[in-house]
Amino acid sequence: MSKILIRGAKVLGGEPQDVLIDGETIAEVGTGLSAEGAEVIEADGKVLLPGLVDLHTHLREPGREDSETVLTGTRAAASGGYTAVFAMANTFPVADTAGVVEQVWRLGKEHGYCDVQPIGAVTVGLEGRKLAELGAMHESAAGVTVFSDDGKCVDDAVIMRRALEYVKAFDGVVAQHAQEPRLTEGAQMNEGVVSAELGLGGWPAVAEESIIARDVLLAEHVGSRVHICHLSTAGSVEIVRWAKSRGIRVTAEVTPHHLLLTDELVRTYDPVYKVNPPLRTQRDVMALREALADGTIDIVATDHAPHPHEDKDCEWAAAAMGMVGLETALSVVQETMVDTGLLDWAGVADRMSAKPARIGGATGHGRPVSAGEPANLTLVDTAYRGQVDPAGFASRSRNTPYQGRELPGRVTHTWLRGKATLVDGKLT
Amino acid sequence: MQRHLISAADLSRDDAVLILDTAEEMARVADRPIKKLPTLRGRTVVNLFFEDSTRTRISFEAAEKRLSADVINFSAKGSSVSKGESLKDTAQTLEAMGVDAVVIRHGASGAPYRLATSGWIDAAVINAGDGTHQHPTQALLDAFTMRRRLVGRDTGLGQDLAGRRVTIVGDVLHSRVARSNVDLLHTLGAEVTLVAPPTLLPVGVESWPCAVSYDLDSTLPKSDAVMMLRVQRERMNAAFFPTEREYSRRYGLDGDRMAKLPEHAIVMHPGPMVRGMEITAEVADSDRCTAVEQVANGVSIRMAVLYLLLGGNEPAAAPIRTEEK
Repeated sequence: MSKILIRGAKVLGGEPQDVLIDGETIAEVGTGLSAEGAEVIEADGKVLLPGLVDLHTHLREPGREDSETVLTGTRAAASGGYTAVFAMANTFPVADTAGVVEQVWRLGKEHGYCDVQPIGAVTVGLEGRKLAELGAMHESAAGVTVFSDDGKCVDDAVIMRRALEYVKAFDGVVAQHAQEPRLTEGAQMNEGVVSAELGLGGWPAVAEESIIARDVLLAEHVGSRVHICHLSTAGSVEIVRWAKSRGIRVTAEVTPHHLLLTDELVRTYDPVYKVNPPLRTQRDVMALREALADGTIDIVATDHAPHPHEDKDCEWAAAAMGMVGLETALSVVQETMVDTGLLDWAGVADRMSAKPARIGGATGHGRPVSAGEPANLTLVDTAYRGQVDPAGFASRSRNTPYQGRELPGRVTHTWLRGKATLVDGKLT
Repeated sequence: MQRHLISAADLSRDDAVLILDTAEEMARVADRPIKKLPTLRGRTVVNLFFEDSTRTRISFEAAEKRLSADVINFSAKGSSVSKGESLKDTAQTLEAMGVDAVVIRHGASGAPYRLATSGWIDAAVINAGDGTHQHPTQALLDAFTMRRRLVGRDTGLGQDLAGRRVTIVGDVLHSRVARSNVDLLHTLGAEVTLVAPPTLLPVGVESWPCAVSYDLDSTLPKSDAVMMLRVQRERMNAAFFPTEREYSRRYGLDGDRMAKLPEHAIVMHPGPMVRGMEITAEVADSDRCTAVEQVANGVSIRMAVLYLLLGGNEPAAAPIRTEEK
């Protein structure tokens, strides 16, 4: 097997060190390592992180291959520094059977750009009425442990309770898309000052917070763990903080866009800013950053949601909700968390690799950068600043809210078990 | 003046007063034996209506024709739109036929803004009502009506509505008329009070440049104009209010309530009126109710807007002013 020597990399942002990869594993970490027989990558002060792990990706295959496929989505992931992604279940057909999750899992394996761990639907057809065969999906080759009806909320309290209980048998976790459906009928954007002016249907914070409050109490009652998808409000942060202080087993994620963007952008009526949950206010943004820094929010997850051009090139109400995010996530986190002093690179590795891997049970990912560990690594040029150009995306879709925005940081190399998937910013 | 008219909030005080003054000139055309100006001869205006609105469409059409524009009416019903054509394709198709201005009515808030800013077309865009967002020509015709009645037809020229107290009553939450009026009346110096049950006011209304009250009776004596908004009966099915009767009792304008208004105050309604709901027949048919006058003023206002957006460089309307003076 081939050897790779990454020379002079700031491991987790620390002092420059050399990292020697031998085959699929990290052989040695130290200074002045011998380059003999190894391909040398001059890191030159770039930051080396464990390969990023995304607990919330929409790969769209099967069913919407016009917006993304497992191949294009995992190429986008590798471009963004990811070595594992969890693929959401809202495909066509829905990933609610062992057959569908195995198909997605196999496609990821065949393409080899990053590990694809399918998420299984909680209920049949995401309809919220009947539990899907959660055990069968867990026992399949895909080994599903995360279950979610993402895109839809498991709003029936009894179904949610049963799902939380049922997955305890195999240490599964239910990832809830917290959105009270009646409070969000016709919802188009965050309900507040801007929606009042723009005349767009409001998506009130309470519709998210009331479900989170209910679900952490359910999790406590039945002794299960629950994961909250894309938490977006300051109030939700308070509830999760309270739940954790009570010892409730709750974890939560925040998306990069909710760490940076606000509902003021909706004044453009440009559907590139239309997303669910919606962009909130500056107060929410600051609360989310703080919560990610202090650990109340455990992880960053992209909610990478590709859509074809025509689904965004229209009036606001007719447009699809969602943004692509895999290829900009780390830059947004650097901008909002690192360059602001809220989080160091070790913290980024924790929130974007170690913890998501742990929550989702992705063994072999999110490991320390040390000898004997799998060589899942990402090298980041943190000194870089540049404008986001969606034309260069590996994703099949271009619905990014950051087009033309200057952001810091650029992933130059990604290794999946010692195999380079990205070299000098180019996919292999 | 800007190139498009999308929102009443985009108008400065001077823009708005210029439109009102120009509309007074246009109104005089209606008094002539031949109600027509050559201003927009050879220009093509399309009325692009994705929502049914016979009143607004006819008003724009009358204004366009009095300015000698070539008029194309496009209604989404039965057109390619009902077969799934996008707003972008529809607009580009029309522009390819050589359209100078698009008057658009659309059910989606922001559709006219999108049309004007997305680079899809070059034509001037006039918002004839979008979703629950804006209806700027309605606000202009309302301000025109108020200025005429409260300040005076001739004495009003060049004037705004400084210090006038306007009460807007009803379903503010779903009303583009209310949003446009709050913006424009504020710009023109009027003091606006919104009166509605709390369920029919948007979250965030506290940031608007107006006062809010839940009590109609205490507001009426302090009003120079009271504007009644249409309240759709279906709203009670979504629990915005318990029953039609309760709404009428608490927020409807009847003869007794009208008597609480100052002597000079007017009652306005953008139409169509739901008699027996927000307004009784007695009030609707009284001399103080300007609903019909508002319709006539609508044509003058729309002529003024079209003239200023499309033909503003030509002195077409100037001779009228000379004649009258």
